[in-house]
Amino acid sequence: MIPASFDYVRADNADHAIKLLAEHGDDAKLLAGGHSLLPLMKLRLATPSVLVDVGRLSDLSYIRDAGDHVAVGALTRHHDLEHSDLLGSDVPLLRHAAGQVGDPQVRHRGTIGGSIAHGDPASDLPAVLLALRATMVAQGPNGTREIGVDDFFTGFLETALAPDELLTEIRVPKATGAGWSFQKFNRRAQDWAIVGVACVKNGSTGIGLVNMGPTPLRATAAENAASGGASASDAANVADQDTDPPADLNASEEFRRHLVKVLVRRALEEAGS
Amino acid sequence: MKVSIRVNGQSTDNDVEPRLLLVQYLRDVVGLTGTNIGCDTSSCGACTVHLNGEAVKSCTVLAVQADGADITTIEGLAKDGQLHPMQAAFQDNHGLQCGFCTPGMVMAAVSLVNEGRVTDERSVREGLEGNLCRCTGYHNIVQSVLAGAKSGASK
Repeated sequence: MIPASFDYVRADNADHAIKLLAEHGDDAKLLAGGHSLLPLMKLRLATPSVLVDVGRLSDLSYIRDAGDHVAVGALTRHHDLEHSDLLGSDVPLLRHAAGQVGDPQVRHRGTIGGSIAHGDPASDLPAVLLALRATMVAQGPNGTREIGVDDFFTGFLETALAPDELLTEIRVPKATGAGWSFQKFNRRAQDWAIVGVACVKNGSTGIGLVNMGPTPLRATAAENAASGGASASDAANVADQDTDPPADLNASEEFRRHLVKVLVRRALEEAGS
Repeated sequence: MKVSIRVNGQSTDNDVEPRLLLVQYLRDVVGLTGTNIGCDTSSCGACTVHLNGEAVKSCTVLAVQADGADITTIEGLAKDGQLHPMQAAFQDNHGLQCGFCTPGMVMAAVSLVNEGRVTDERSVREGLEGNLCRCTGYHNIVQSVLAGAKSGASK
């Protein structure tokens, strides 16, 4: 399978990338590790006429202690997240979940920024960032702005990023010592989650859901119940509230609604409900 | 677009279309057909090669992304007519049946060993999650990787 023809330009730095995006408008797509975009292009489900390659912007690959949060550069690969000692101590949920993305080969190429900017509801990391209440930093022609994770995922494969903006950093509040759990239910090791649940208990409870609607979703009702002292099974019973799970060859909508309750209960129990 | 890619230690310079995949570059432009195309959807791992020393699926990398990189394919493992220890381990342990997945299995296994991720059988099974064997010959593949790791099959 071969992608449709496109022009390829390589960005020298973030400013250059934004300039190239402004120049080429809606027809351009950013290319990082390519492990979300290239498969779509090979199936001709995406046919951008210009690819702006930001894969070499190594100054956007970092994991830094920034006081109350960990700052993760958008070009940081899953492989680097899964081996980060800093994440291991301060955000172990993110480190663990990054190690569950795809397989080792995929994790050598795929980046956190690429995964987040793609906005796929079946991806693992968006749900993790929902649970952790992360903040995205986007750079555009007029400077940078912060976007809270709850405002970031706007539709199926759509995000709040403007066509001329580049996601540069993900700010993840520290959850040192917090209880956490990541539940990924799939049939084969490397598959996408049929349903996934990311959970962190850090005073209040954060729960992000994988593959339970057209966007990555927060399980607000279950969070509120758990934060209010409900038992794990009582909180899990409302985990499918305000979700809109898809039906596909792996699972019906009904099965996903059942599964999410089971997985949220397990997650709350493991995180220490 | 002009690309310059080192393949198994040899410089290759070619003018390619941006949409050319690395696996096609290796097979059709450079002429090294040891790297197989299996699923073509980044699932099966048959196309696994090393990009700057790390295992990647070459069906999901553009040749232009590999511009300036060092690529090692299955053809680059044997040195001076001697099989690489991991290749020898696959031979000794009957780690292949039809052989289609083998180049990818061996390249993925060497990458795992280089990263120090082969500790026990479970680590091998998890480490090879991105490589599928349609003969389902996993038992001997796992034994091969464990043996290869023991015989110092890094690099």
